[in-house]
Amino acid sequence: MSGGAWRLPSGGRIDRNLPLEFTFDGRRHRGFAGDTLASALLASGVTRVARSWKYHRPRGIAAAGAEEPNAIVQLESGAHTIPNARATEVALYDGLQARSVNRWPGLRFDAMSWLRPFSALMPAGFYYKTFMWPRGLWHTYEALIRRASGLGRAPAVPDASTYDKTHAHCDVLVVGAGPAGLAAALAAGSSGARVILVDEQAEPGGSLLAVAGASPLRIDGLAAARWLEEALGRLRGMRSVRILPRSTAFGYHDGNFLTVAERRHDHLPLDQRAGRRERVWRVRARQVVLAAGAIERPLVFGNNDRPGIMLASAAATYVNRYGVRLASRAVVFTNNDSAYRCALDLVEAGIAVAAVVDSRAKPSGPVVQAAREAGIEILASAAVVNTRGGDRLKSVDVMALDAHGAAGAGRSIECDLLAVSGGWNPAVHLHAQSGARPRYDESRACFVPGDAVQDERSAGACNGIFALEAALAEGAEAGARAAGAAGFRAPPAPALAVSGDLAAEHSLQLLWLAPLPSRGRHAKRFVDLQNDVTAADIELAAREGYRSIEHVKRYTALGFGTDQGKLGNINGMAILARTLGEDISKVGTTTFRPNYTPVTFGAIAGRDLGELFEPVRKTALHEWHERNGAVFENVGQWKRPWYYARPGESKETAVRRECLAARQGVAILDASTLGKIDIQGPDAATFLDLVYTNAWSRLGVGRCRYGLMLDENGMVMDDGVTARLGANHYVMTTTTGGAARVISWLERWLQTEWPQLRVFLTSVTEHYATAAVVGPRSREVLTASCPDVDFSRAAFPFMAWRSGTVAGVAARIMRISFSGELAYEVNVPANQALHVWEALMRAGAAHGITPYGTEAMHVLRAEKGYIIVGQDTDGSVTPIDLGMEWIVSKEKDFIGRRSLARSDTRRGDRKQLVGLLAEDPRVVLPEGAQLVADPRARVPMPMLGHVTSSYASPTLDRSIALALVQGGRLRAGQTVYAPLADGSMIRARITSPVFVDPEGARQDA
Amino acid sequence: MLIIRCPWCGPREQTEFSYGGEAHIARPADPDALTDAQWADYLFMRTNPKGRHREQWLHAFGCRRWFNVERDTVSYRIRAVYKPGEEPPEEAS
Repeated sequence: MSGGAWRLPSGGRIDRNLPLEFTFDGRRHRGFAGDTLASALLASGVTRVARSWKYHRPRGIAAAGAEEPNAIVQLESGAHTIPNARATEVALYDGLQARSVNRWPGLRFDAMSWLRPFSALMPAGFYYKTFMWPRGLWHTYEALIRRASGLGRAPAVPDASTYDKTHAHCDVLVVGAGPAGLAAALAAGSSGARVILVDEQAEPGGSLLAVAGASPLRIDGLAAARWLEEALGRLRGMRSVRILPRSTAFGYHDGNFLTVAERRHDHLPLDQRAGRRERVWRVRARQVVLAAGAIERPLVFGNNDRPGIMLASAAATYVNRYGVRLASRAVVFTNNDSAYRCALDLVEAGIAVAAVVDSRAKPSGPVVQAAREAGIEILASAAVVNTRGGDRLKSVDVMALDAHGAAGAGRSIECDLLAVSGGWNPAVHLHAQSGARPRYDESRACFVPGDAVQDERSAGACNGIFALEAALAEGAEAGARAAGAAGFRAPPAPALAVSGDLAAEHSLQLLWLAPLPSRGRHAKRFVDLQNDVTAADIELAAREGYRSIEHVKRYTALGFGTDQGKLGNINGMAILARTLGEDISKVGTTTFRPNYTPVTFGAIAGRDLGELFEPVRKTALHEWHERNGAVFENVGQWKRPWYYARPGESKETAVRRECLAARQGVAILDASTLGKIDIQGPDAATFLDLVYTNAWSRLGVGRCRYGLMLDENGMVMDDGVTARLGANHYVMTTTTGGAARVISWLERWLQTEWPQLRVFLTSVTEHYATAAVVGPRSREVLTASCPDVDFSRAAFPFMAWRSGTVAGVAARIMRISFSGELAYEVNVPANQALHVWEALMRAGAAHGITPYGTEAMHVLRAEKGYIIVGQDTDGSVTPIDLGMEWIVSKEKDFIGRRSLARSDTRRGDRKQLVGLLAEDPRVVLPEGAQLVADPRARVPMPMLGHVTSSYASPTLDRSIALALVQGGRLRAGQTVYAPLADGSMIRARITSPVFVDPEGARQDA
Repeated sequence: MLIIRCPWCGPREQTEFSYGGEAHIARPADPDALTDAQWADYLFMRTNPKGRHREQWLHAFGCRRWFNVERDTVSYRIRAVYKPGEEPPEEAS
C-alpha cells in the first residue's frame, strides 16, 4: 500500500518518494507529499466524507478547491483544533488527524438518517414554520438543531497558534496566479512596479496545474508545466515582485484596501510548526488585477448529490494533478465543450468513459471530435435525470431531451463516477466586494464583472475569458495597464501563442435544471449541497411569494454556510428567475460579502490579545502602590489603587480605616490620573467663560475654581478644578475618564467655531503626578515638607494655589478638596513623583498618614454630596437637576446655556439629585436600584428614579446614598421604596445630598 | 477603508481619523433670540444626503486638527478636503 489503492501508477504533481500517514475518523491512510486531504482520501478509496445538513444523506467530495461544499472536516484536537476546514484545501502532512463533522454518532452509522423517509415533510422554511411555535420552546429546539446541523465543534481550549498582521503597499496587486494572473504579474513586474501576487494554493499555476501530462496543450511552444516553471522563474527574478502562495485575498474594501490571509505552516506536521500560523496582509494597492479564475457550475438533476458525482474540472484535477484513479468507469454529463477535456483525460489515465451525456443537440467542437476519435460514446440531446448508489455511485439514468425539454425514453448506465459541467461562473466575488455590480452576460451565460468602481480590472476566466490564449493576452494587457495607471511603463511583450487548447470555446447551451425522471418524480435535485436546498425548495419559496433573491436565500438557506454558495448560488438564482418568469439579470445575485473563504478569528485578532488587547496606563507611583498592598481597579485604561489591604483586612475594614484617617488625621491619595490640560493665550479666560457654566474672567492669579462643563444640550459632561497660573495661563483638571474626550471637545470648539480666539491647549496629564494630602493634619504634613510656602489659613486660603519646593522638587500646591476636609494637592513632575510621595509619607508618619484608594475617595465625596460625572450623572442631567444653580452664570453665554431654558429642561418633575437614608442604617442600597413611591402599586410600578451612589459611611456609622428622583427636592422627608430582584423591599427617606459638614467649615479650616 | 488627506499631514489611513458629522453648522450668534424649535434645529437636525456631503473630520491620531471633507455618501469618494474657514468647493453644475 503506497499512497492509496486508488492511485494511478504514475503522473501528477505529487512526490511519490514522500509517503505520508494520516487518519480520517480514526482510520489510518497513506498519501503523498503534494496531496490535499481530499486527494489522499479519494486515492484511499474513501468516497463518503459527510452526512448532509438536513437530510443526512451520504456525501462525497464534489470539488477540488475553495468551493467544496461537502468535505468539511475537523483537524487535530485540543489546542490545535481547526473546525470546518475544507478537505480540498488542506495540504496533507505526516500525522494529520482529520474527522468528518456532520455525522452523529458516526459517519458509517448515522443516527439521524431516520430523518430521510420524512424528508418530504421538511420543505423550505421548515424551521421557521415548525420550531418557532410555541415560542418558549425555541431554545430547546435550537440546541438539538445545532447539534444535528453538521458543522465542526469549536475548540474547548485556547489556540496554541499565534497570528500576526502586516501592512503592505504596492503598485499592482494581482489576485490569482493562474495563467491570466501570471501574465499580469509578468507584465506589471517588467515595468518595475511593486507587484504582489497572491494565490490561495500551495503552488502558483491555477488551472495549469491540472493540465494532463500528455495534453497537446502548448504555451509559447512549451508544455503547460514547463511554461509555468519558466514564468515563475522569471517572476522570482524580478526584485519588485513578491509572490505569496497559500494566501487568500478574502476581502476587498474601500480605498483599494485588500485583506489577504497567508497560511504559513498549516501544511507542516504539528511538531515542525514554528512562528506565526497565519499572517493577515493589509494591502493598499494603487491598482488591482483580479485573476481569480472561475468556478465550475454543477448541473441540477435528480439525486445529483451522491458520492462519486463531482465537477468535471475537479475530476480532471484529481486525475492529472494528484494521480488519483477516481473510478473504474465514468460518465460525463455536460452542456458545454469544457467537460470533454475531462473525458479525454480520464481515458488517457485508463479510466473507462462509458458515455458523455450532452444536453446539446449537436455538440461539434474540436474537443468533441477528439472524444469521438478516442472512441467515447456521445449521447447528444440527453440528460442524466437520476442516479443510484450508496457510498459509491452505481449507475445513472439517462433520458433523451425533446424540444420541450421533457425526458423521452430512458437508459441506465453503470458507472462509479459522474463528472458534471454546467458551464463556468467567473469568481466575481472580490470585484463585487469592491462596490461594483457584476452583470449577466447572455452570450457567455454567466455573471461577469461590471464597471469598475475602484482601481481594479479583471482578467482571464474571472472576466469570462475562458480560452487560454485570450486569457493570457488579457492578463498581460491588464498587468501592463495597471502598471501604467500606477505610473510605470511596461515594455511591450510579444503575445503568447497557445496551441492544442481543444476546448477554447465552450459553446455552452443553458441547462439550469434537468427534467425529473418519469419514474421517481420525488428525486431531489440539489442546488446547494451544503445546505440541502433543492430546486423544489426554491420553487416553493417563489410560490409562497418570495420574489427577491435575498429573501429566498434567507428562507431556504441557499448560499449560507462555509462555502457561501460558491457552487449553488448561480443555479439557484437562475431557477428562481425561471420560476418567476423573469430574466436572470433582473433577479440578480445576492450580495457578495467578505470573507471569500472563512478566516480564523485568531488571524483577525493577530497580536491584539491578552495584555496587548488594550493599553494599560500606570501612574508614576504604581510600583509603590503594589509594594504597599494596593488592590487595583480599572478606571478607563488606568490602574488605580482601589484600597490598600493590610494583612487580615477585608475591603470594608480597609476602606473604613482609610476614610477615618482622612476625616480624623491625614491620608494621601494618588490623584495623578485626573486629566490635566495646560491652557495658554490672551483669550484663555474668554474661552473658559464659554466652556464652563461659571465666570472666569475675574479669577485672580494664584486662585483655583471648580467648573462644570455642559454639552450644547445643557447636560453635564465633565467637571474639575482649574487654576489660574498667570495672566494668560491656566491649568484645567478633568475627570480621569473624560480627559481625552474633554480636550477633543475643547479643540473642536476652538478650531471650528472660535478660531479667532488665541488659545492653545496641551495635554499634560502624564507630565505631572498629583498627591492629594487630605485631613485635619494635612497642614502639618505640608508645612514640614515644604518650608518655602506659608500654609497659614490667611496666607493660603481654600481654593488657592502656591508654588513651592517639596523635598527639593518644584511643586504646584493647590488647596482644593474632593473630600470636604482640609486638603492640598501636590503636583510635581512625574519623574520626581516617587521621591516626593515618599517624603510626604515620612513627614506624615508622626500623624499616621494613611494611603487611600478610589473606594475611600468615593465614600468621602459622597458623604459631602459631591457628584461623580458619569456615576451620578448619565448625560441626561443638567446642573439644575443636580441642585447646582449656584454655579450657573446668568451674566454670560456658555455652551449649553440656551438648552437650560428649553421647556423640557425647566420641568419641575425632572429627576433631581437627592440624598437617601435607608430606614435600617445597616442596609446599603444597591447602586442602580429603582425607587417607587408605593410598594403596593400594580406591576409595572411607576418608577421615580434610581440610586446612583451608595456606601457604608464610616464617618456617620450608617449607610448613605445618592439618587436621582423625579421632583426629588420637593420630596425631602418623604419615604421611597427600593424593590429588589429577590422580592425584598428597602424603605428609605429622601434627604439633602450633603451628609457631612454642610457649612464647609472643615475644608475651609 | 478610506485614505483621507489631512490638509496638514497629507494622506493617511482612515483609522487615524474620527468623524465629526455635518460641517458648516454655525453656532447661533444670539441663542436667546431663537425659539425652542429653532434651537433644537441647530442642536439636532442634520441633512442626510445621498451623494455629496460636507462633513467634519478630526486627525485624532495625528495632528489633532479638525478639517472639512466633501465626501460622496454613496461611493465614499472624497471630492475635496479643506481647512476650517476655507471656502467649500463649488457645487458641481
